[in-house]
Amino acid sequence: MTFELYGFGPALLAGAWMTIKLALCSLVLGLVLGLGGALAKTSPYRVLRWLGDAYSTMVRGVPELLWVLLIYYGSVNFVRTLGEAIGHPEMELTAFAAGVIALGLCFGAYATEVFRGALLAIPRGHREAGLALGLSRTRILFRLVLPQMWRIAIPGLGNLFMILMKDTALVSVVGLNEVMRNAQVAVTASKQPFTFFMVAACIYLALTMVSMLILYFLEKRANRGFKRSAA
Amino acid sequence: MNWDVIIKWLPKLLEGAYLTLELVAIAVIVGLLLAIPLGMARASRHWYMRVLPFSYIFFFRGTPLLLQLFLVYYGLAQFDIVRQGPLWPYLRDPYWCAIIAMTMHTAAYIAEIIRGAIQAVPPGEVEAARSLGMSRGQAMWHIVLPRAMRIGLPAYSNEVILMLKASSLASTITLLELTGMARTIIARTYLPVEIFFAAGLFYLVMTFILVQIFRWLERKLRVDALQGR
Repeated sequence: MTFELYGFGPALLAGAWMTIKLALCSLVLGLVLGLGGALAKTSPYRVLRWLGDAYSTMVRGVPELLWVLLIYYGSVNFVRTLGEAIGHPEMELTAFAAGVIALGLCFGAYATEVFRGALLAIPRGHREAGLALGLSRTRILFRLVLPQMWRIAIPGLGNLFMILMKDTALVSVVGLNEVMRNAQVAVTASKQPFTFFMVAACIYLALTMVSMLILYFLEKRANRGFKRSAA
Repeated sequence: MNWDVIIKWLPKLLEGAYLTLELVAIAVIVGLLLAIPLGMARASRHWYMRVLPFSYIFFFRGTPLLLQLFLVYYGLAQFDIVRQGPLWPYLRDPYWCAIIAMTMHTAAYIAEIIRGAIQAVPPGEVEAARSLGMSRGQAMWHIVLPRAMRIGLPAYSNEVILMLKASSLASTITLLELTGMARTIIARTYLPVEIFFAAGLFYLVMTFILVQIFRWLERKLRVDALQGR
């Protein structure tokens, strides 16, 4: 086995870059959805609570692969109708966009629970103190609640990100050229399935290790000023 | 929404759901049996006992299940030794490949659960067992493992539900479990929304039933009463 991997080394690296982009975009969408879900679930309005509940229960009960397939193949009619309405009948959802929506949706559903737990962990008194100081509700959310929530939520979100990173492999099923897909292409050409899937495994392991390192520093930074209590 | 189509294909989807349950049941039960020694070794005090389970768990938790499935189903065929070996009739069958990959995958996760549970057994209880004259093995068998089973049960039930969802990946190596069946039906009917929706409902129902079963089991084993230290 040469280092060039029969000329497929660059393709695999390009795949790795696509995997990273996919994971990061899904992460952003997922964080927004998760935060929204958690705020809905803890809100005083029953309709919002019900919506948040429905979202996290439904999405978590259905496999990620099914979401990817449903969004990619199921959106065809909807997107075409939308495209015709705005004068672009050839409009379609790319595999990348479908992947981001599906993985972001799944990440958001789990993140809802993480954020909700973190929200509940913030003492009531902090919010009341904010109110007593005359801060508005949005200000309390952004200045008091979110910064404190972040610290508590990071370990849980980190675990979810590791899962997300591996779930990006599912988008290869709808043809996105990420690590798995490019490995499959290389296998078809070279007839060396074990070699190329093992290389792909090493790429995933490397990505996992790098994100573990980043998480370690994020956690350390978020926890500055807090001593670890003696367990 | 075309409900007639869903009703028409319901028996086929049920057939797929049955295979899904079969795959998951075998994987989580055999996985548990594999994971007990792995988890015990992982919790060992000696580094040479920990190395092997650590690398096993690192690999299987660090790579996607899809990749592990492909490694077993497509990857092993690269080697002539495997192709001429006595196990080849099994290793070329997608059903056995799915079972092997899913079992090894879930065993890594369950081993971590068992390690956590073993380490969560209060040290005082182990010391009490030892001071009563039990050997290390006896203390492990009579005190630590039964205790760890109860501590680990809620996490194990999570893992079972994750495996239920992960089993949908078996469709990528041509198995006709729930997702595979749905994709086959869609190839005939061209109605992705309806059929995937129906398959999603099946998964939701199966998840719900599993959650109820584990809740009942937790009550039966009085897990909550034993969580307090």
